[in-house]
Amino acid sequence: MAETLEKVTPKIVEPTIFDLSSPGRIGVTMPASDVPETALPPKELLRSDLPLPELAEVDVVRHYMHLSKFNYSVDSGFYPLGSCTMKYNPKINEDTCRLPGFLFTHPLQPIETVQGNLALMYRLQEWLKEIAGFAGVTLQPAAGAHGEFTGVLMMRAYHKSRGDNKRVKMLIPDAAHGTNPASVGMMGMSVVTIPSDDRGNVDLKALEAACDDTVVGMMLTNPNTLGMFDEHIEKVIALVHGCGGLMYGDGANLNALLGIVRPGDLGFDVMHFNLHKTFSVPHGGGGPGVGPVGVAPHLVDFLPEPLVGIIEEGDDDMPPLFGFIKPAQTIGRMKAFNGHFGGGFVRSFTYIAMHGPDGLKDIAQYAVLNANYLQARLRDTYHIPFDRICMHEFVAEGQFKGSDVRALDIAKRLMDYNFHPPTNYFPLIVHEALMIEPTETENKDSLDAFADALIKIAEEAKSTPEIVKSAPNNTQFGRMDEVKAARELVLCCWLPEGYDLNA
Amino acid sequence: MTYIPTSPKERDAMLQTVGVKSLDDLFDAIPAKHRFPKLDLPKALTEMEAYQELSDIAHANENVRGDLISFLGAGMYNHYIPSAVDHMLRRGEFYTAYTPYQPEISQGTLQAIFEYQSLMSALTGMDVSNASHYDGATATAEAVSLAFAQYRGKRRKVVISPTVHPQYRAVIRTYTQGMDMHLVGDAADAELDSDPSDLIELVDADTCLVIVQYPDFFGRVYDYTKFIDSVHAKGALVCVVANPTALALFKTPGDMGADIVVGDGQPLGIPMWYGGPSVGFFTTRKSYVHKMAGRLIGETIDSRGQRSYVLTLTSREQHIKRERATSNICTNQGLIALGTAVYLSLLGKKGLRQVAELCYQKAHYAATQLSQIDGFSLAHNEPFFHEFTLVCPKPAAEINEHLLEHGILGGYDLGQDYPALANHMLIAVTEMNSKEEIDTLVEVLSEVSHG
Repeated sequence: MAETLEKVTPKIVEPTIFDLSSPGRIGVTMPASDVPETALPPKELLRSDLPLPELAEVDVVRHYMHLSKFNYSVDSGFYPLGSCTMKYNPKINEDTCRLPGFLFTHPLQPIETVQGNLALMYRLQEWLKEIAGFAGVTLQPAAGAHGEFTGVLMMRAYHKSRGDNKRVKMLIPDAAHGTNPASVGMMGMSVVTIPSDDRGNVDLKALEAACDDTVVGMMLTNPNTLGMFDEHIEKVIALVHGCGGLMYGDGANLNALLGIVRPGDLGFDVMHFNLHKTFSVPHGGGGPGVGPVGVAPHLVDFLPEPLVGIIEEGDDDMPPLFGFIKPAQTIGRMKAFNGHFGGGFVRSFTYIAMHGPDGLKDIAQYAVLNANYLQARLRDTYHIPFDRICMHEFVAEGQFKGSDVRALDIAKRLMDYNFHPPTNYFPLIVHEALMIEPTETENKDSLDAFADALIKIAEEAKSTPEIVKSAPNNTQFGRMDEVKAARELVLCCWLPEGYDLNA
Repeated sequence: MTYIPTSPKERDAMLQTVGVKSLDDLFDAIPAKHRFPKLDLPKALTEMEAYQELSDIAHANENVRGDLISFLGAGMYNHYIPSAVDHMLRRGEFYTAYTPYQPEISQGTLQAIFEYQSLMSALTGMDVSNASHYDGATATAEAVSLAFAQYRGKRRKVVISPTVHPQYRAVIRTYTQGMDMHLVGDAADAELDSDPSDLIELVDADTCLVIVQYPDFFGRVYDYTKFIDSVHAKGALVCVVANPTALALFKTPGDMGADIVVGDGQPLGIPMWYGGPSVGFFTTRKSYVHKMAGRLIGETIDSRGQRSYVLTLTSREQHIKRERATSNICTNQGLIALGTAVYLSLLGKKGLRQVAELCYQKAHYAATQLSQIDGFSLAHNEPFFHEFTLVCPKPAAEINEHLLEHGILGGYDLGQDYPALANHMLIAVTEMNSKEEIDTLVEVLSEVSHG
């Protein structure tokens, strides 16, 4: 009985940076002041204590090195996380984005002093327009969801500029990412969910019924989150355009389309790119992303400000002068300064420059080949609800007749085989979904090893289900108590006991 | 084939398993007339050529570590970044991982961001921090969403000081254009020299949030304690946009009673990188945590009794709430947040205070020297940190052109945002500026005065 009352003291694998603090240790010594001293402001205006940890440099480096070892990463193994495009991040990008000319330029410098940066941004805008078939591109949005928000704001502004004020509905397929409806919710618009048909396409009948003169547009991920390229894409777009709506493309899955088809050619009016998926900006453990948006000619005037443009044309002897321009009916500014320049634009620029038109097509072809190969290897073991040639990813069901092993268990068990699990429980329209995106940067050996592991786990689900359900067993950490985290809400570790925040 | 590891033989074997003859056969679902467009892009470069090309582009810039002496700030600052910060950010285990949705194999990211949350709470004097926003401007816009949600949309007015960063105010306007609310306080004719308490008269029963900046855009440091009390008396929340380096020296907005403290974390060990990526920090009181957007990491325990960390309160977020979520934020600035955590750990209690005091000392030396030049004066008498407004005898734009000829990046030309302040520039001085650089600035501006 005493046991139940006793507070469980958790085992500490790695202390926090505050736990490691020891008064008097110094990590970095700053130079002494070289100017005559000025008195500090009155004490009432100063803080009495700065409760930051005190450590030496070696303590800090070892701490973060220890933490880094707890992470699975693309550099350490296969990461087939559906819809996330966890491709290899080329190392050269890490060097180019850290060139001093990029690292140490201020966003408000006179344009004459940053022509390199502006030229790079201009060329990247032009390349993205060409790759996806658009008339204009803004590089400003910070991530995919931010790009979506930008796109929806432009769609709204376009209708408003035409005096078309009754459009309040956004059509969104049931397979869509959650950010799509959330972006629409931020605008006070309503969402109409469009079901998928039995081949994973947009259900044309349902779409036709939803199309009327209150439709802002449709947000479509194509290929969708089932990995299916919509077989009636031109019909879908014609229906939306037919009722005066605009077609929004979620570019999350653009990796499948590079050099294969340009969304702008298909009739998409606006689309965001995820440079951190398609163009190898690393995911960074959750960002920063980069979410540029491309638009068709009739939306160019609504792009966020500022864009990079040519202020003075060049000639044979002189390069053009690049600068900032403001679109005529701009929706405004999406973030401060110039977007994710260093960590985003420079890496993607390097990547596209090293691929060229043929190299980009190779990316899509091998990404699609790898996904189809895995699908073919797993087809006999896992039920694939939408079973046809897929694009860069596919969705299998993580459940077996007569077994209570679920997708979550399979995902956790994959960790024991040293793989990162696929995305699970998404898209919402597949039961026990396992969404698998291998990307183009995996070789046949790693694909085979992954397929072998999944087939083995399917056997284990029948023979030794308890091993699967208790997984992971071979990792440093086991399954987490998520309920405890949400109930106790310990969100920081700096507050010493009895510390009065308002003292 | 730059980064594709598949050999032709392996490719053929895989095609056979799939049951198609060629790679092109995988794309029959694509409308034929648009299939396989010829892209008009430059021919592929090798790694060696690409490095040279990018070096040439970077060299076409003039940077502030060698090419130019800089006194430009206005929201992004040239600080020293200890070497160890980037060494940690270059760990592939950190930068090539995804969002930590699988906590068993993501404890590195999770604990590091939990520590970032703790460090930011300690710095701002607030209870909780989220895992970050895109930048200071979007974090401020998310503060508006929090306040709007807190009053369930029943209070529809936001009062914003005209001395909040102009680009931040622009972003808030963009963000809220679909929401049924209005922003007041920063009209073109707003009084810029007055005390922040002038804003109080704009706060009414319809106001959900008041936003001020600390130090304000002109560099002034106000103790907002009484101001915040007055706003609270009218039932609205207060968001303070803070400079994080200043918080190592000055009283925290938490101590003043602020409900939300946001800002840009770039000064904490992140390069200026021509504007980004940086990180927007967002801290608040525990009572508002359920209305806060963005990812949040909480402490828990694993099945083996080990202390560990998970993404928590995810039911607030877009992938669960979809159109009912208050924000669509998904990806945040994970790696940059990690960078600020490493920076704050390295500098620690003493080092960050030392950086702040160096900024303070050098800025005050610069202000004293500059205000002694004929025709130049300080615009304000209030205390300031590392940035101040200098009144010039000519338009700041002209003066900056002259400075640039001498290799000096002058202060921010305030006339760009405040037409009445065409002769005003905002000078930023950090620990990176030596006395010699400041003296050079004074010398060149003395020529302007006499020229």
